Amino acid sequence: MRAPDILRTQAYRIVLVYVAVFAVSVTALLAFTYWNTKRALDAQTDQIIEAEITGLSEQYQQLGLRGLAEVVVSRSAHGGSGLYLLANRFRQPIVGNLDAWPAKKEGPDNFVEFDYQRRVENALETRKARGRAFLLPGGFNLLVAQDVHERYLTERLFTTTLPWTVGLVLLLGLIGGALMSRNMLARLDSINRTSAEIIDGDLSRRVPVGASHDEFDALAENLNAMLDRIERLMKGVREVTDSVAHDLRTPLNRLRNRLEATLRHLDPGSDQAGEIEAAVAETDQLITTFNALLLIAEADAGVTRGEMVPIDLAPIAEDMAELYAPLAEEKGVSLSITPAGATMIDGNRSLISQALANLVDNAIKYTPSGGSVTVTALETPQGVELRVADSGPGIPPQERLRVVERFVRLEASRNSPGTGLGLSLVAAVARLHDARLLLEDNKPGLRAVIRFPRPAPRVR
Amino acid sequence: MRILVVEDDLEAQRYLVNGLKEAGHVVDDAADGETGLTLALSRPYDVAIIDRMLPKVDGLKVVADMREHANTTPVLFLSALSEVDDRVKGLKAGGDDYLTKPYAFVELLARIDALMRRRSPQSVKTRLQVGDLELDLLTRTAQRAGSAIDLQPREFRLLEYLMRHASQVVTRTMLLESVWEYHFDPQTNVIDVHISRLRAKIDKGFDTALLHTVRGAGYMIRAARAT
Repeated sequence: MRAPDILRTQAYRIVLVYVAVFAVSVTALLAFTYWNTKRALDAQTDQIIEAEITGLSEQYQQLGLRGLAEVVVSRSAHGGSGLYLLANRFRQPIVGNLDAWPAKKEGPDNFVEFDYQRRVENALETRKARGRAFLLPGGFNLLVAQDVHERYLTERLFTTTLPWTVGLVLLLGLIGGALMSRNMLARLDSINRTSAEIIDGDLSRRVPVGASHDEFDALAENLNAMLDRIERLMKGVREVTDSVAHDLRTPLNRLRNRLEATLRHLDPGSDQAGEIEAAVAETDQLITTFNALLLIAEADAGVTRGEMVPIDLAPIAEDMAELYAPLAEEKGVSLSITPAGATMIDGNRSLISQALANLVDNAIKYTPSGGSVTVTALETPQGVELRVADSGPGIPPQERLRVVERFVRLEASRNSPGTGLGLSLVAAVARLHDARLLLEDNKPGLRAVIRFPRPAPRVR
Repeated sequence: MRILVVEDDLEAQRYLVNGLKEAGHVVDDAADGETGLTLALSRPYDVAIIDRMLPKVDGLKVVADMREHANTTPVLFLSALSEVDDRVKGLKAGGDDYLTKPYAFVELLARIDALMRRRSPQSVKTRLQVGDLELDLLTRTAQRAGSAIDLQPREFRLLEYLMRHASQVVTRTMLLESVWEYHFDPQTNVIDVHISRLRAKIDKGFDTALLHTVRGAGYMIRAARAT
């Protein structure tokens, strides 16, 4: 399985969601720890500042400005993390180990975070500080701060590492998820591949069952049991179809033989001859219906699947348009064919021709004189299509699903000849080719589309 | 003509044999593949009609064995198996034509006629003639009583097939198979419409009609009978 395939799987989507939730959780947890630690450290710093301010204001009250200045000078000389600045009422420095009053405005609680310059080993360094301004009685300003540069660096380290951590968590999660889903997908893949082969017509295939008796093995066993049953049913249907074909065709054959033999001994103009001829015609109608039903059953049972070969739809479209041209002309309906590009599919030429003939036949039958019928074979992004569009009355949307059922004929067409099997046959041929029969509004009229899947080179 | 019928359904066989005899043929019959094969290899026949599903030896095997013994008798398969697949199998085994049961007797007769004529070397002909109607296969032109008839390519093939089987009944199914190369039941009388257009081109304005409808069977092209 290739990488893009893995990305599209449900298992991998679950892994992605899980990794996303995990990453958000990790981020939230780290952010919470960070925020709590920061708050505790801040509180500690603030406590130290409060304590110093209390101490210094006591000094001021006892010893006056001169005493305070001495204490500030002595503490400033200490060289610790404490920062002090005594300033006049205009905040011009008097003493302290800060060169200037910080330009930053204080917060509502008089705390301020600011940068300051400090000489470290003959070089000036800009560092972070947090402090509180205090207005002394007498109009002097005192700023007591703590150097928080180390804490700031730690914080910055934390905030720069966080995205990387989250990224690493995501990456590891994705790799782990890919490995996990790959293991799961390998087993799902074998089930899917087997199913595809069965859909393609090989009913004898079975899903491999492992030895671990886990959910996957249970699924495989159930699928196999189901397939056994389907195979039995299909075999039954096929046997019934074969024996019906043989056991009904034989008496029909005898009936027709007898009628014809009788007819040969009758005077061609007599009443009896007329009756027998009518009976032969009835028999033929019966045979036509019978053949159509059998063909639908065979197509549905996939009996004819064996002879799928690459065929071009365009010549078939041309052939059918050509075959039906005189009929359309006789009815005064214009029948045209739109040329197309690449229209190769894998299919059965005879069945597709029959299906297209039925569609063209219907279109001509239901299009009033002066109308038009267009046959197109073309390649679209959805697949390779055969289209028959007419300008007739169309089919009401609520009836479109019903008309492809066997023997269903709409009120409007009860009186025209037909078996009511035409569209069912088209639908059966479409199903046999993994194609879809779409009945669409041609505005006005009906557009019948048989959409074949592109003949992709199958991966086995 | 000498015809061999190999059919295991005795009632069907009886009608077939009676019908063929009434049509003026000499008929031998067999009810199983083994007898059929022995007959086919021991006597010369113009045509063999063989059911596909036979007791003892299957119809396909009978024909395959005949061909292996260099027996070239034209074979018409009769079968209740109607799928294209079966038809292809029949033709691949060496059959020359394939008719699905239930069939119309006239269809069978027409096909036998066509098979028997196939033996005569008519394919080298470059001109076909029926009465005063002439078809030049090289120039792809047609003329009747000296005046040219303008034919579409498909009409030409239709007329060619009819003229190659002049004085024989040609059924609608045979025309669809030979001229259009399709094996299916058209729901409507679509072949009839093609024929009537062809008829308008070759018979309209002439005193004698060449293209005739054979009631309950199909069509036949033939010159007016000498009176």
